[in-house]
Amino acid sequence: MVTISGKSVFGGVSIGKLMFYKRSEKVIKRTHVDNVDEEWSRFQKAKDTAVNQLKGLYEKALEDVGEANAMIFEIHQMMLEDLDYLESIENIIRTQEVNAEFAVATTADNFSQMFAAMDDAYMQGRAADVKDVSERVLDILCGVSNGIKEMEEPCIIAADDLAPSETVQLDKSKVLGFATMYGSSNSHTAILARTMNIPAVIGLGDTLSEKYDGSLAVIDGFTGTLYIDPDEETLSEMKKKREKDLEQKALLEQLKGKENVTKSGQKINVYANIGNVSDLGAVLKNDAGGIGLFRSEFLYLENTDFPTEEQQFAVYKQVAESMAGKKVIIRTLDIGADKQVDYFGLDKEENPALGYRAIRICLTRPEIFKTQLRALYRAAVYGNISIMFPMIISVDEIHQIKAIIAEVKAGLKEEGIPYRDEVELGVMIETPASVMISRELAKEVDFFSVGTNDLTQYTLAIDRQNSKLDRFYDPHHPAILSMIKMAAESAHAEGAWIGICGELGADLELTEEFLKMGLDELSVSPAMVLPLRKRIRECE
Amino acid sequence: MKEFKYVITDPEGIHARPAGILVKQAAGYQSDIKIAKGEKSADAKRIFGVMGLGVKTGEEITVTADGADEDKAISELETFFKENL
Repeated sequence: MVTISGKSVFGGVSIGKLMFYKRSEKVIKRTHVDNVDEEWSRFQKAKDTAVNQLKGLYEKALEDVGEANAMIFEIHQMMLEDLDYLESIENIIRTQEVNAEFAVATTADNFSQMFAAMDDAYMQGRAADVKDVSERVLDILCGVSNGIKEMEEPCIIAADDLAPSETVQLDKSKVLGFATMYGSSNSHTAILARTMNIPAVIGLGDTLSEKYDGSLAVIDGFTGTLYIDPDEETLSEMKKKREKDLEQKALLEQLKGKENVTKSGQKINVYANIGNVSDLGAVLKNDAGGIGLFRSEFLYLENTDFPTEEQQFAVYKQVAESMAGKKVIIRTLDIGADKQVDYFGLDKEENPALGYRAIRICLTRPEIFKTQLRALYRAAVYGNISIMFPMIISVDEIHQIKAIIAEVKAGLKEEGIPYRDEVELGVMIETPASVMISRELAKEVDFFSVGTNDLTQYTLAIDRQNSKLDRFYDPHHPAILSMIKMAAESAHAEGAWIGICGELGADLELTEEFLKMGLDELSVSPAMVLPLRKRIRECE
Repeated sequence: MKEFKYVITDPEGIHARPAGILVKQAAGYQSDIKIAKGEKSADAKRIFGVMGLGVKTGEEITVTADGADEDKAISELETFFKENL
């Protein structure tokens, strides 16, 4: 068995034979031509054929993946008919008296280099589009055809990378999944895979090689793993995982689009918790009404130095845009305690859970906090972002946070950078102190979200990482439930809303109780959204 | 020759999609249509040229039209920019 890890772009499990996407080997040689007029018209014919193919692809994509995603093929047509592009090819053919293939390849290199040299990640990505359209013309000129031999049975498609045109051309009913060696999760192919609901893993590297063509393979789109020639144990484990996923999908079909409403008509929002951008697919798939907790820590944990404003902005923007107007609650950095990062240079502590962490770091090192806030306020332009602060114990902390926000906004305004002025602000209720002063806190913020894991640990004075204490640990302890009730009453008295984003929110034994308390929202792991919806709909 | 100035408000600037729509629209006029950003200028009928300008949000561009239907082109393009970019 060979196990390769990559990046998942779409969850789900697929099991099947690997089939390699074969690209024709084209060697573009520079050859002399005598009749340049003939060569130029040979190119024009090939170009017209390519444009017609692209028209067909546009129609197919329009049907499969919608207008916004199909637009790329219209842009490809324009690129092929762009006068700069055509003039460059004609010039090379006529002045150097060379073959059309060489002229196209040279022009493609020049134009894609122009994009690659631009100071904008989006435009740099367009270099791939130039290559893709030029390859199409070259294939026609060389008379080769690309692709997959007729697939008799459904297969997992493997490739170094797939261009959008290649992905769309595949017979969808025969594609079980995608496994590619390279590619980014923002590539068109990744987006198309998500739109087409096909498990896909990218960035597997060159361990994935053509020698595995025809081997049995498993894509675990949840973990981003590809197993080739899986052993019995893995195979049966994956089969189970696949069945569970299919069950979940069946549940989805039943409950998708249904309201989170009790029999007597009480409604509650069900959102999802995520810890990385890669969880977005699961959020959308499970029909969550929003993101109730986006843990921004991964940006810090996965980096070897402080993530820049641009890095953070790109991530927050992507999440906001993917949720298309649904609420996205992003929690500011919660480093410290059990989550340590070397470059923060934090001292060892006797009592890390009660120590220098979360908002306490942000308020003592405002430069770190400001970078994150700038990225958040900028990204808020692109969707419905709310910001939530962890580990709050006093009203004064909120005042300090608001003063820093005012500075950040003033800075953005002065620099002429677009940002959203009004962003919903909330605090985590995870310390007994925040519960006791919840009425005062509720006057300052728009919402509360109860972090039941920490609230339980602080209230019961039980270290949740010490397994010896398990027998004393009661997640349904009446002290916790009274605290949640108290926070809810405070919130509502001051016109704020309240939700739960800790593990207790997904505890189906407590759903009825939470509804009675009048909670406005429960945020749970994506896989729990539908079971929770089911439970809510069963409550009176 | 007619012209107008416009500051891009689309957060992504002139990215592929609006560039495509712009080129399509510009191709419909007889006049020469140019977009200039600072000292760089591009033919609005050529997608590589337009995308190559790399116009970002907040940047000012000048659109000029020169030819028989320049009045129509300028007024329609100004509307296009206001609505799409």
